[in-house]
Amino acid sequence: MATPHITGPQSQPPSPELRPGGSDARPSLADARAEGAHPPHAQRVRRHPVITGRLQAIARGEVVPTETHPALAGEEAVLEIDHFSLWYGSKQALFDICLRIPRGKVTALIGPSGCGKSTLLRSVNRLNDLIHGVRQAGDMRLNGDSIYDRSVDVIELRKRMGMVFQKSNPFPMSIFENVVYPLRIDGVRDRQLLAEVCERSLRGAALWDEVKDRLHENALELSGGQQQRLCIARAIAAEPEVLLMDEPCSALDPLATGKIEDLMRELRGNYSVLIVTHNMQQASRTADYTAFMYLGQVIEYGPTTDIFTKPFVKDTEDYVTGRFG
Amino acid sequence: MTGGVAQRREAGTRPRSRRGRGLHAPPWAHGEPLIWIAGGALLLALAMILGLVALVVVQGVGTFWPRPIVELTSLDGTAYLGEVVDEETYRPDASVLEELEPEFVPKVRAYLEANAGITRRRLLRTENFEFTGSHFEWVPEFLVQRERQPEWAVVVERYNESRLYGYPRRLLVRGKVTARQPVDIWRQVQQHLPAVHARRSEARRLERHELGRLSRELEAQRLAVRQAELTHAADSSFVRQQQARWLATQQAVQAATAELRRQIDALDRRNAELVLELATTSGEPARVPLGEVVRAYAPNRLSWGQKVGLYLGRWYEFLTDDPRQVNSEGGVFPAIFGTLVMTVVMSAAVAPFGVAAALYLREYARAGWLVSCVRIAINNLAGVPSIVFGVFGLGFFCYFVGGQVDQWFFEARLPSPTFGTGGVLWASLTLALLTLPVVIVAAEEALAAVPNSMREGSYACGASKWQTLVRIVLPRAMPGIMTGMILAMSRGAGEVAPLMLVGAVKLAQDLPVDGVFPYLHLERSFMHLGFHIYDLGFQSQNSQAAKPLVFTTTLLLMTLILCLNLTAIWVRARLRRRFQAGHF
Repeated sequence: MATPHITGPQSQPPSPELRPGGSDARPSLADARAEGAHPPHAQRVRRHPVITGRLQAIARGEVVPTETHPALAGEEAVLEIDHFSLWYGSKQALFDICLRIPRGKVTALIGPSGCGKSTLLRSVNRLNDLIHGVRQAGDMRLNGDSIYDRSVDVIELRKRMGMVFQKSNPFPMSIFENVVYPLRIDGVRDRQLLAEVCERSLRGAALWDEVKDRLHENALELSGGQQQRLCIARAIAAEPEVLLMDEPCSALDPLATGKIEDLMRELRGNYSVLIVTHNMQQASRTADYTAFMYLGQVIEYGPTTDIFTKPFVKDTEDYVTGRFG
Repeated sequence: MTGGVAQRREAGTRPRSRRGRGLHAPPWAHGEPLIWIAGGALLLALAMILGLVALVVVQGVGTFWPRPIVELTSLDGTAYLGEVVDEETYRPDASVLEELEPEFVPKVRAYLEANAGITRRRLLRTENFEFTGSHFEWVPEFLVQRERQPEWAVVVERYNESRLYGYPRRLLVRGKVTARQPVDIWRQVQQHLPAVHARRSEARRLERHELGRLSRELEAQRLAVRQAELTHAADSSFVRQQQARWLATQQAVQAATAELRRQIDALDRRNAELVLELATTSGEPARVPLGEVVRAYAPNRLSWGQKVGLYLGRWYEFLTDDPRQVNSEGGVFPAIFGTLVMTVVMSAAVAPFGVAAALYLREYARAGWLVSCVRIAINNLAGVPSIVFGVFGLGFFCYFVGGQVDQWFFEARLPSPTFGTGGVLWASLTLALLTLPVVIVAAEEALAAVPNSMREGSYACGASKWQTLVRIVLPRAMPGIMTGMILAMSRGAGEVAPLMLVGAVKLAQDLPVDGVFPYLHLERSFMHLGFHIYDLGFQSQNSQAAKPLVFTTTLLLMTLILCLNLTAIWVRARLRRRFQAGHF
């Protein structure tokens, strides 16, 4: 990657007073060892990051612990991922993942391609069940209810979540029918209710003003950005407990991306959002919390500002500043 | 590599890289020959298809155009009157001269020597079968002594016999001659014909509908008796009651039939009173009751507008009327109708089965060797000769299934079969079986082409598999499935061989749909355009006369399939607009 790093802890070392609680937000784990293996930055006056060698450990085949920032301890979790592992056939894609996704916040999953972000996201609503040869270990809990228990009805489970995909996938029907699709499949016939839900969801997705006069036209005639917002409207139509977004802007132009990002900021508070993104700027702009994943493991998880400015782990810093990945 | 290029540039050598399409590159590196080969192949295929279509169109369109009548008089005074339908040059062998009267030999020999032994001959449609025993006559050029286009040569097309060519001689009304001059005769014939046709069609209507209704009534009563005998004891009061009713019906029907017969006879007799007498070239006068005349015209007197009118009138008759004269004259409406009904029933049968099978294969069955085997079997099914499907249809549908249906529901009518023989239903089902592979393969492709993101989007909304299939996948795949249906329809509508075994007939009395309860008679045998073409071309006694009709019927079948396809394509375009449009 030839892009020069614009911002980064090492280019302008932040003063300690700008980072309240930074000194005690240190994990106790492996400090000394990490400190020792840190020659290039050793002479600089700085406290973060101190943990190194995680990538090398993963390359050696070790399972490394997740560095979770203590700021997360104060958050109420809507989704708990509990020692979750996943295999595609004999190939393990996720390694013992433990994350607590906070309620009413936007949480971003970042990491290089193939690190398992999307797999983890799709495991939340069990879309990976559709793929032949996938098996899992561990569990996830949505508001305390197990997701991977044997007795769980997958269809009922998915109704409690909404999902937005990388490529917008409006259904071949009218705009109105697209939005109320989750209700239609539940057999809702009440026209009044459907119309209310449609308007509320489209307003929620900031699309109402653009389409209110042509609700019964084909959804496939909308522009790409509008289609993606329509998919968001559809995802929030059934009041999901958690909204999953899989790189929702990767196929959109900057203008449409901007609209979707504004939308995500508005959704914060009302919805708990878990978003996968390739775009670090996007994560820093929209997410409250960010988890950095590498080769099926979560390296570090914490408040977005901390992850981008003063991560605990050297490898996270390298990644967010564009030194690899 | 960049370094190398830079060095060479400094050294003053050719600055371009060594890769590229220089003069020394082999021809296949250029790609142009391949374009020419591909384009040539396409051109060849197009030429063959267009050539076939053009042949059919050119031959088929001209069939109904009224051609001039010529009279050729040969050396020995024999006159041939008719339309020239064909012409060829040939080299007559020596036996021609031996068969001639000695007095003409020198003249003919001189003619042949002058033309290097080659001569022309014309095929004349002379008809007048009852006098000459032939419909056509080859007339070699060297025998023609005189040739003319007589103004008053007329063509008379008849209902029950072949055409007549001749000159109007007299018109007789109730035995008395009312006209002797061709002009007068023709004027009077044209005056009488509309009324004659009206009486004739009334008589045929009475025969067909009223007498038909009476015989149906009688048959229903007979079946009631038979049913009573099957369900009750032979001497029970119920059976006796039914028999008495049958007897009463018989008497009533007999009386009504006699009355109808009287009416019909009266109409026919009035038509028989008008007789047109023609002078023929063979000498005998031909007498035609006007009631037998379909149309009579003098081609050499017709203006261009009248010819167009006659041409269109014949097309109209061809498209809307029943066939006459062992199918070699008249219309093909029953065949058009039968083909349509069969194709529609076939499509209705094949669509649900094909789509359901494809759905299971693509969406439910787990990929493995078993599914692969099934898929191979389906593809092989498409290669089974269609006649084999016909045999299967006859054995399974007609005899086995139809026989069972007769046993259960139409026992009273046995031993004459109702469903236990060929019919529209069984023909449609046989063809549905024949076209099933096409539909399954196309539907599978269409289902596979539905992006997985659609399915995942639906699942993520909490839809079940069935809901996803019905609400998202099937609508989205519909245009592709329609493509399969179009292919299947074209294949099925043009298929003939299996139909010969399962219900297509030379001449069907009744249409599969009519005004008699229950209106849709899928057990009836039917006429089919493809079979009609085969029958005209290969089973007709008068094959020379039927040949142009073969082309015309082929043209019609092609047009019909084109129309069916265009309808399906229109539906598909609509579906595509609805389900697949979009900017991205």
